[in-house]
Amino acid sequence: MANPNSTGHFGEFGGRYVAETLMPALMELTDAYQTLAQTKEFVETFNFYAKNYIGRPTPLYFAKKLTQKLGGGKIYLKREDLCHTGAHKVNNTLGQCLLAKEMKKPRVIAETGAGQHGVATATLCALLDLKCEIYMGAEDIQRQSLNVFRMKLLGAKVNPVYSGTKTLKDAMNEALRDWVTNVRDTFYCIGTVAGPHPYPMMVRDFQSVIGREVKKQLPKLKEKNPNYLVACIGGGSNAMGLFAPYTNDLEVKFIGVEAGGLGSGMGQHSASLGRGRVGVLHGNKTYLLQDEEGQIATTHSISAGLDYPGVGPEHSFFKESGRAKYVSVTDRQALKGFQLLCELEGIIPALESAHAIGYLPQLMKKTKSSDVVVVNLSGRGDKDMMTVAKKMGVKL
Amino acid sequence: MDRLRKTWRRLKKTGDKALVTFITAGDPSLSTTQKIVLALEKSGADIIELGVPFSDPMADGPVIQASSERALKNKTNLKKIFGLVKNLRKKTEIPVILMGYFNPILSFGLESFAKKACEVGVDGVLVVDLPPEESHSFNKILRKNKICQIFLVTPTSNADRVLKAASMASGFLYYVSMTGITGAKLNVARDFAGHIAQVQSMIRLPLVVGFGISNPKQASKMASLADGIVVGSKLVSLRGELKKLTSFISLIKTSLLNK
Repeated sequence: MANPNSTGHFGEFGGRYVAETLMPALMELTDAYQTLAQTKEFVETFNFYAKNYIGRPTPLYFAKKLTQKLGGGKIYLKREDLCHTGAHKVNNTLGQCLLAKEMKKPRVIAETGAGQHGVATATLCALLDLKCEIYMGAEDIQRQSLNVFRMKLLGAKVNPVYSGTKTLKDAMNEALRDWVTNVRDTFYCIGTVAGPHPYPMMVRDFQSVIGREVKKQLPKLKEKNPNYLVACIGGGSNAMGLFAPYTNDLEVKFIGVEAGGLGSGMGQHSASLGRGRVGVLHGNKTYLLQDEEGQIATTHSISAGLDYPGVGPEHSFFKESGRAKYVSVTDRQALKGFQLLCELEGIIPALESAHAIGYLPQLMKKTKSSDVVVVNLSGRGDKDMMTVAKKMGVKL
Repeated sequence: MDRLRKTWRRLKKTGDKALVTFITAGDPSLSTTQKIVLALEKSGADIIELGVPFSDPMADGPVIQASSERALKNKTNLKKIFGLVKNLRKKTEIPVILMGYFNPILSFGLESFAKKACEVGVDGVLVVDLPPEESHSFNKILRKNKICQIFLVTPTSNADRVLKAASMASGFLYYVSMTGITGAKLNVARDFAGHIAQVQSMIRLPLVVGFGISNPKQASKMASLADGIVVGSKLVSLRGELKKLTSFISLIKTSLLNK
């Protein structure tokens, strides 16, 4: 893959916008990733755990009833919700925690929004004997209390973050503050395809296992290359994991679904690509939700995992080059998608993934019966039961 | 730019070390900031760093985070900060450095920012999250407008990185005393003095040390290794109380004089 270039840029996006203290650490990490993580032994270890621990390959499931209901082309679900820990996040934490081990860093830190990346990091740290600390916004701790308990059971220390909006972006600020302080012995395990180089590249590569499997699975199901790949976008790691192996297959259209929240007003949504403008945050240049003075905007989404004002720089690049199309669905549409999948397929999706499902009623109208649509079902919805019950007016 | 040069020349003559003071612009208000700057100068500050508040100050500890939040609540922005410097220039020639994060500057427009900064009498800029690698075009624009760009050097910077920063910097270099955020307890690495001496030997620019300096004893120890020191969080924690501010700065200043 040609992108990013050697300085970590995807066109004008990406790069390394961090305090000097972290620059040597990022160079060390880039070097380690390009050497240690490319050895045959590392790849074999990754594949071993991917198969025997995460449960890969995950099924590519033909959603027959959903297809019948919506009409048009065939809908396939890539079942990342069946990964150990319940979401695609673990593909990346497996890679990064193995690399932390190789680099002899005894301590791993991570930020988390919905808690899935926190759980996935804590899980791998337990398995690989790494000390683990997770930063999580105080508001997210409230709405994802189940995942907080899971992390604690797995031996991680969960640090609540009370600054700013008390959500994912603030957790990332705090994780960066920790890293800048403990940079010598600490590995920062970023959960999405954002942050300073090499993270957008490295996380994409570890997550690309998703798209690579789809590429192998479709022919076995006697299907051609898909017409559409659909995935939800917060930072954008599950989408990039699905898209990346198809980047050069230009007939395959990419659709990223952002969180449209409650409406189009500032602070009501998290659609950075749709309604943001280019800026610099958390180490990379990318589309951001910000005010006219460059202060980062507050965001909203019913799903904690999409509630982030930025997006991975490669998505910004895909938007500029037209390689991908980015749309958004509202909280309400996502909930509709959520219910649709529960009732028709017996699958309870994560609210994040429900955004991808929530876009299908619009998309399928444009498709022919011979078309193939692959949707990344990035996580399962157990963690969201409280939120959904509350929305439905049900007391648990 | 000239103001900075003159300041360093004066300090060289007297043998005193530079006292660089950081405060957040607009906390508790812009008019108070103006009073604080003048009081700081009177009590012995040599260079003023004005913090440009940002919603996500990733390299700052709780004191400056809270200060930035207060300043933003007061609707402080670059336009108003330029107005503040313009007013200050009617009363003082003390060098003023704007310190902050890249996004508000990028949003203002790099060319317009540099032009305006030059016009109102800003002397330098330190952008915390803009390392030399990402600075090329901004650095050129600043030079064209006679604004110094100050870079950070840290205990983790190797020789290559020090030289890279020095080749693009003007005014001075800022040595971060420890791996950490602003306002943390001073905790320098074992090889601190050695590393800072090595950095000194590689550069021609003056070198100031900052992060974690909160009392005269620390100030004089750090100053003995460099050309000056920076106090920030401790000053910000005094919340604009001029009496406390001036007595603190006078104490620090005494520890930096050539005795």
